Amino acid sequence: MRLAGKVALITGGAGGIGGATARLFVKEGARVALGDIREEAGRRLAEALAGEDRRAIFVRLDVTQEEDWKKAVEATLEAFGRLDILVNNAGIAMRKGVQGTSLSDWEKTMAVNATGVFLGMKAVVEVMKRNGGGSIINISSIYGLVGSAGRIPYHASKGAVTVVTKAAALELAPYGIRVNSVHPGFIDTPMTAPLLADERTRQWMLNATPIGRIGRPEDVAYGILYLASDEASFVTGSELVIDGGYTAQ
Amino acid sequence: MADKTGLLHGKVVLVTGGASGIGRASALLFAKEGARAVVIADVDERGREVAGQVKGLGAEALFLPCNVALARDVEAMVKEAVARFGRLDGAFNNAGIDGATARTADYAEEEWDRVIAVNLKGVWLCMKYELQQMTAQEGGAIVNTASIAGMVGWRGASAYTASKQGVVALTRTAALEYARSGIRVNALCPGVVRTPMVERVLAHNPRLEEVFLRMEPLGRFAQPEEVAAAAAWLLSDASSFVTGHCLVVDGGLTIQ
Repeated sequence: MRLAGKVALITGGAGGIGGATARLFVKEGARVALGDIREEAGRRLAEALAGEDRRAIFVRLDVTQEEDWKKAVEATLEAFGRLDILVNNAGIAMRKGVQGTSLSDWEKTMAVNATGVFLGMKAVVEVMKRNGGGSIINISSIYGLVGSAGRIPYHASKGAVTVVTKAAALELAPYGIRVNSVHPGFIDTPMTAPLLADERTRQWMLNATPIGRIGRPEDVAYGILYLASDEASFVTGSELVIDGGYTAQ
Repeated sequence: MADKTGLLHGKVVLVTGGASGIGRASALLFAKEGARAVVIADVDERGREVAGQVKGLGAEALFLPCNVALARDVEAMVKEAVARFGRLDGAFNNAGIDGATARTADYAEEEWDRVIAVNLKGVWLCMKYELQQMTAQEGGAIVNTASIAGMVGWRGASAYTASKQGVVALTRTAALEYARSGIRVNALCPGVVRTPMVERVLAHNPRLEEVFLRMEPLGRFAQPEEVAAAAAWLLSDASSFVTGHCLVVDGGLTIQ
């Protein structure tokens, strides 16, 4: 029970990495608030995880909206009385290069992936300060560390997450709030499903990943669990890369 | 008591430099996390006490005197561990020395050789024999103790930084080579940790502790247990998609 007594707010919690994280967190003794725009899936998962002692709630959360964040934090406090962990996991991807990316594509990607992370941190810091501390985990990507062709707005947004994590870590260290980033490689989630469905792309990803398999959402969830727990009490401003060795080459 | 939900449930793990500091804390934590057996290797005979403490926590334990800079010692270490416990699931190559403090031009050759031999060649030797065993087993996990000095420069520590950067490179190379053999290789980059090695350095220069503490975002150094927890995680199946990674446990020291 590595998260006994702790409360977590997980964005993009209705499925994929967020959903796997929610499941694992509940298994490890946490109570969770799932924030997502996927309302049907989110409610279903929250119901499945809630159990008799109401361990999980769903709250509609568009991470680009400050008002949604305010309501999500309020709902979490109302249901569970505290907030120890924030997992900024919601994200979107689009396969567009320099010329193919419209200004609105860029702004939309930055809004969800980067601004959403900032708004999340902003929304929880006061609560965590009063709490005496907390753990914020920002989901970046291997593409927040290295480049690739044809994903300009995604790289920009994930790179922003990598460094804003370090800045926030320094700023919030005196308050006992740790901030770390997770960098998944190629993981089998709803977001990557279209890519994985294309056999050539899938094969390319397999060949490019030293371990030779596509990652599972649970692989990332375990990393998030470690960073969320007190076992990572001296880990802040760090990058946890979960990519089967992709960035080691 | 062996914990079925422990990170290292049922595993046989080896720790070099296990007699004190991070190694000792790790040996004890590995036992608490359900390891079946912990092998403690060190030139320091206090490793025997640690083996005793591990047994007290419910795991089997074995102390093996071992100088990681010597191939024959390392070969024997792995051989005896396997002879006794049947397999080797995890290895924490943690043995290391700090070496003298001197600027690059003033560094003594014998000292350079000594630091490189233990910190860099020692890790390579350990991996050499561990990888041979793990390849035969079709699986395993290795964690090498590097350092934040394996990522940035550190005044007065030319040999140390060179050796630790070398450990990072070795880690990634081995990770790539053995990724399809079910073997994961990762490195740990601790910041300033309250171990006998560090306390010795700080004792030499009392002002140094004050200076370092002021630089620490969390306002303190790490406890060995905090580094041990990272080692346990990297050796466990929880990190089964993590390889070739350098996990930094430094309280934010190197991000500023």
